[in-house]
Amino acid sequence: MYEGAVQDLIDELGRLPGVGPKSAQRIAFHLLQQDSEDVNRLVTALTEVKAKVRFCEVCGNVAQAERCRICADPRRDQTSICVVEEPKDVVAIERTREFRGTYHVLGGAISPIDGIGPDDLRVRELMPRLASGEVQEVIIATDPNLEGEATATYLSRLLRDVGVTVTRLASGLPVGGDLEYADEVTLGRAFEGRRQVNA
Amino acid sequence: MHVRHLTLKDFRSYPSAELALTPGVTTFVGLNGQGKTNLVEAIGYLATLGSHRVATDQPLVRFGAAQAIVRGAIVRDEHETMVELEITPGRANRARLGRSPVARPRDVLGTVRTVLFAPEDLSLVKGDPSERRRFLDELLVQRQPRWSGVRSDYDKILKQRNALLKSAAPVLRKGSRRPPRPPRDGEPLVDEARESALQTLDVWNDHLATVGSQLLYARLRLLRDLVPDLADCYDAVSAAPSNARATYRSSLHEELAARIAAGEVPEIDELRAGMLETLDSVRTGEIERGISLVGPHRDDVVLSLGDLPAKGYASHGESWSFALGLKLAAYRLLRRDLGDDPVLVLDDVFAELDSGRRERLAALVGDCEQVLITAAVGADVPDVLRERGSTVLVELGQVVTEAGGEPLEPVPADE
Repeated sequence: MYEGAVQDLIDELGRLPGVGPKSAQRIAFHLLQQDSEDVNRLVTALTEVKAKVRFCEVCGNVAQAERCRICADPRRDQTSICVVEEPKDVVAIERTREFRGTYHVLGGAISPIDGIGPDDLRVRELMPRLASGEVQEVIIATDPNLEGEATATYLSRLLRDVGVTVTRLASGLPVGGDLEYADEVTLGRAFEGRRQVNA
Repeated sequence: MHVRHLTLKDFRSYPSAELALTPGVTTFVGLNGQGKTNLVEAIGYLATLGSHRVATDQPLVRFGAAQAIVRGAIVRDEHETMVELEITPGRANRARLGRSPVARPRDVLGTVRTVLFAPEDLSLVKGDPSERRRFLDELLVQRQPRWSGVRSDYDKILKQRNALLKSAAPVLRKGSRRPPRPPRDGEPLVDEARESALQTLDVWNDHLATVGSQLLYARLRLLRDLVPDLADCYDAVSAAPSNARATYRSSLHEELAARIAAGEVPEIDELRAGMLETLDSVRTGEIERGISLVGPHRDDVVLSLGDLPAKGYASHGESWSFALGLKLAAYRLLRRDLGDDPVLVLDDVFAELDSGRRERLAALVGDCEQVLITAAVGADVPDVLRERGSTVLVELGQVVTEAGGEPLEPVPADE
């Protein structure tokens, strides 16, 4: 145990995800050795993130204004919506530059153990976006784990009668990998989702 | 296949041990509590990533040590593979195959296959249904390691579904306590919270049935393959035709359960549909009790001798022979499947059998590639077996070969 402020800082840092007590201690002492200027920049960043960042009223992504950059961009294709769990998934898909449509961030996945049901996610907010009839396709890009799959099933059932095409991201072999290193579940999925090669 | 060498560090009572093994019969003899079973338990752990004696890893690590290491050199078709497991209670185990670490410990499953028979196996006959389910599932994994993944998926789905049944029970039972939203024009009044909970339950039903039907199908096919050998092995040990049988008792609806009990193996799609149908019919009960009432986790295998169920009717000796019959049948099944002998472990078995059964068991296992036997009294093991193989004395956590010999390569602890 350290005295007063140092221990408080270590405790607070230790509550962050992925930071254990040892890391928290290291970060705390690193901050102590920094110039006040550097620390102040961090403090400002922390304050601003709570004060300025909010969630896009359309898609639920993190935003600086009422709408996020993507929803506010008129060049984005309004006919397809990609449904993801977290804002970081938006960033991941954006990096591919393959998708030019808009997003819908659920804020998690269905997991009764953690007390998360559909009502705790932004599922209801998705429906009005489909009402205008402009949207042709909903791409479900939840994680390919148990909770993500359950969420995908839930959404696909919900959207069955809405009159949009519902698709799910493919699961299978990683690009540039070796077949022999794929685990049997992934390989099994890849078999299920195989497609004809057009020569 | 056989185990050529076993290395233990801080496993159970062994600070460290090196043990050379040969094909054929090896008998470990020693007084109670000297560490005979610990040796075969370690080999079993390499094969199944679990102990036949305890459910958690903590007791496997020597008291006061942080982790245990089990390493085995496994020879199959004259090709040797080294497999190593690092057991750290409370953390994920780490595994190596050859010299390189593998991503997940279950990737080493299948390197060594064992069939282990121990006093604890009496619970296969006398114990709860969970014991018999575990027997089937472990055998499935030994046959095809991918079932380990299917089983753990099923368990996860089940946990999620049970959590939902518990947490949503008040809403599902009585409707939400929140006043319902005022209906819009002409719209019927809907209890949204209840609807939403029901829809979520449907999703989990769907997943439970998909994975559950696969597991069920696999178990049924396994049992179909196992039953002929079971009767055969039981008779061979007890030297009397007694019609030992095993039938599957399914929690699915009556019609399907009856067909399954009769030995039929329906297709996966039919099982899946049947499971969904049954789940619908027990919904009220599930909501009241807050647990999942249908699926492979509620099933049982009914063991019977002639017309009577073994549980409750069979004598102690008969129960013992029945459990032994199941294990020997499993051995034959794996041998046929793999075209190779698993390692057969008979832990403290002979003391419980009468002399006729001892001799007949000895004759049955005589042609196995490697048999490891433990016994407190050497004389309990029939001479045929002891003459054909080697005897290892185990004393106070030390392995001593051939009565009175020097301890094998005592190894100083690392660091």
